Amino acid sequence: MKIPEIFEFIRVDERLPHILCPGCGIGSAMNAMVRAIIESGLKNDDVCVVSGIGCSSRIPGYIDADTFHTLHGRAIPSATGVKLAHPELEVIVIAGDGDLLAIGGNHFIHAARRNLDMTVILINNFNYGMTGGQASPTTPQGKYAKTAPYGWTERNFDACAIAQASGAVFVARSTTYHVTHLRTLIKQAIKKKGFALVEVISQCPTLYGRLNRMGDAVKMLEYFRDNTISISQIKDPKEAEGKIVIGVLHDVEAPEYYETYKEIIRRAQAQKHHV
Amino acid sequence: MKTIVKSLLAPRKYFMQGNIACAEGALAAGCRYYAGYPITPSSEIMEHMSIRLPEVGGVFMQMEDEIASICSMIGASWAGAKVMTATSGPGFSLMLEGIGYAVMTETPCVIVDVQRAGPATGQATKPAQGDVMQARWGAHGDHRIIALSPWSVQEMYDLTIKAFNFSEKYRVPTILLADEVVAHLKESFVVKPEIEIYNRDKTLTETPFGTQEEDGVPPMPCFGQGAQLLVTGSTHNEYGIRKVADPDVQERLVTRLCKKIDNHKKDICLTERYFTDNAEYLFVAYGISARSSYAVVSELRESQINAGLLRYITIWPFDEETLKECALEAKVIFVPEMNQGQLVLEIMRILPHQKVIPIPKTRGEAIYPSDIIKVFRKYHE
Ligand SMILES: Cc1ncc(C[n+]2csc(CCOP(=O)(O)OP(=O)(O)O)c2C)c(N)n1
Repeated sequence: MKIPEIFEFIRVDERLPHILCPGCGIGSAMNAMVRAIIESGLKNDDVCVVSGIGCSSRIPGYIDADTFHTLHGRAIPSATGVKLAHPELEVIVIAGDGDLLAIGGNHFIHAARRNLDMTVILINNFNYGMTGGQASPTTPQGKYAKTAPYGWTERNFDACAIAQASGAVFVARSTTYHVTHLRTLIKQAIKKKGFALVEVISQCPTLYGRLNRMGDAVKMLEYFRDNTISISQIKDPKEAEGKIVIGVLHDVEAPEYYETYKEIIRRAQAQKHHV
Repeated sequence: MKTIVKSLLAPRKYFMQGNIACAEGALAAGCRYYAGYPITPSSEIMEHMSIRLPEVGGVFMQMEDEIASICSMIGASWAGAKVMTATSGPGFSLMLEGIGYAVMTETPCVIVDVQRAGPATGQATKPAQGDVMQARWGAHGDHRIIALSPWSVQEMYDLTIKAFNFSEKYRVPTILLADEVVAHLKESFVVKPEIEIYNRDKTLTETPFGTQEEDGVPPMPCFGQGAQLLVTGSTHNEYGIRKVADPDVQERLVTRLCKKIDNHKKDICLTERYFTDNAEYLFVAYGISARSSYAVVSELRESQINAGLLRYITIWPFDEETLKECALEAKVIFVPEMNQGQLVLEIMRILPHQKVIPIPKTRGEAIYPSDIIKVFRKYHE
């Protein structure tokens, strides 16, 4: 693809330069998302990008489409209203791990259960970037964060496993190293009718990377390169131990929420009226 | 834009519960998206919406909590729908952050708070008027909302329609501050053949978050209309662009959010006066407390006592002028409320040199005319 095409979806006015730190992975995720949108044949007016609060959640502000920067943790319920009141819109949620899994965790599981058509892109940088590197629900046990100076005592969530268990019809994972792969997954997620999650393992060299002595952004990306395994390559589960499993982890068919609700409308209108 | 539409219900007299009348008022006003979470004493609104919304092609959602409810309705409002949620004290507390977001993003939405006795879980099935100040000041940051207080089943219907109209016209969350008594009361009310409704101005504009005037309401294009909107709860300029470090932008925005309400009080503030001309004993009340006060005032008038009632239909913004006018000749001003004294604080502030007597009741019961008379007797020689 020619580079200029992505600028049709990016606000180049007063919004740039962006707020992301040098080496941050969120820009790569945004790039993959924008290209996936374009390759899906969507136009600016077809898309609504919804977020909560955080570094990841600042992405919609750079997108030239309808964008909805909501409250911390509330991207999914806000997107739910948008989609149900305007079902033709392609609704894409972009969220950080704290936003989606801590304060917004309840909405996340219920949206997956409902299976309303939306694509959720989780940018997992293992910490709260925006507020300065505190621990998050995805911080691995023993790792350091601003609120885990002695190492994090809690165990971490596997967002993909939660989504699958909650009823999501499409669950996939990639990293900011595997940008082409990531773009393909987001495209698949957009195409999928129902609740689709793409987890993007991302580097935060400024905070999580520094606090855990992981080196600069390049070092962190190299870590992702050397420590991932594609789901299709796993023959024995032992091979995946300690690795980041990438690829389409779950892909099933289930009735989409609004399609089901349309049937409710049809039935209610056939037998009205109840006063 | 103001328009006259046919009522959704056939025009006639109905015998209904307040909560059901409220739901019907919402549908008549054009509500096509409802999201809520069950809570006594408001649940009948939700249940009725679950039956009726699909009949009119709308969407009903039972969300996972009140936070999700208010956020999803704000989303639906930006996608062009007229939206509502209903709750009671504990749920209303959870909605406050969302209300603040709706204020900041100027999102039309209606929140029904059927007040019950608190604090906390309190008396879930019992009436109170304890959320008056929370409705006004609950969301953080300097802001304005509109709050209306119905005293009958008729008003559960009429004021719900009004709440939608104000909310659409001023792009502000509007709260129907009901109480358990009016919500569960069954009485007859009239549906007129036609009602006046207000549909928001969806004109495509470059500046959906600002106006030339310091108290203006900009048009609100919605998602999917091609406006490529930037909607954010952070401080933003007229285009919607975040400007969180710019003191001028913050000042201009917050000033307009307040002035667009304050400067339109003439349109928003609804009150009713009963025998207030030259009243020596003025009762100031709202909601079901006003109904008991009305009984008291009628009785006193029969005994040739110069008593009057000023009823606040719009509680917020508060109509100071009408209070001052009605209180001109008043020796004593009584404020019966089903709380420890909330709106009375506003009245004391406005009338610092007059005798203002609160009549609080927080027993989880309606305030009865006898409760009011008892206090009145102490001040009437
Ligand atoms: C209700 C509320 N609580 C706390 C905050 C402060 N806050 C802003 S962003 C954030 C966490 C962001 O972390 P994450 O969601 O992981 O996203 P990232 O910044 O790492 O992309 C927090 C706690 C807030 N804005 N609102």
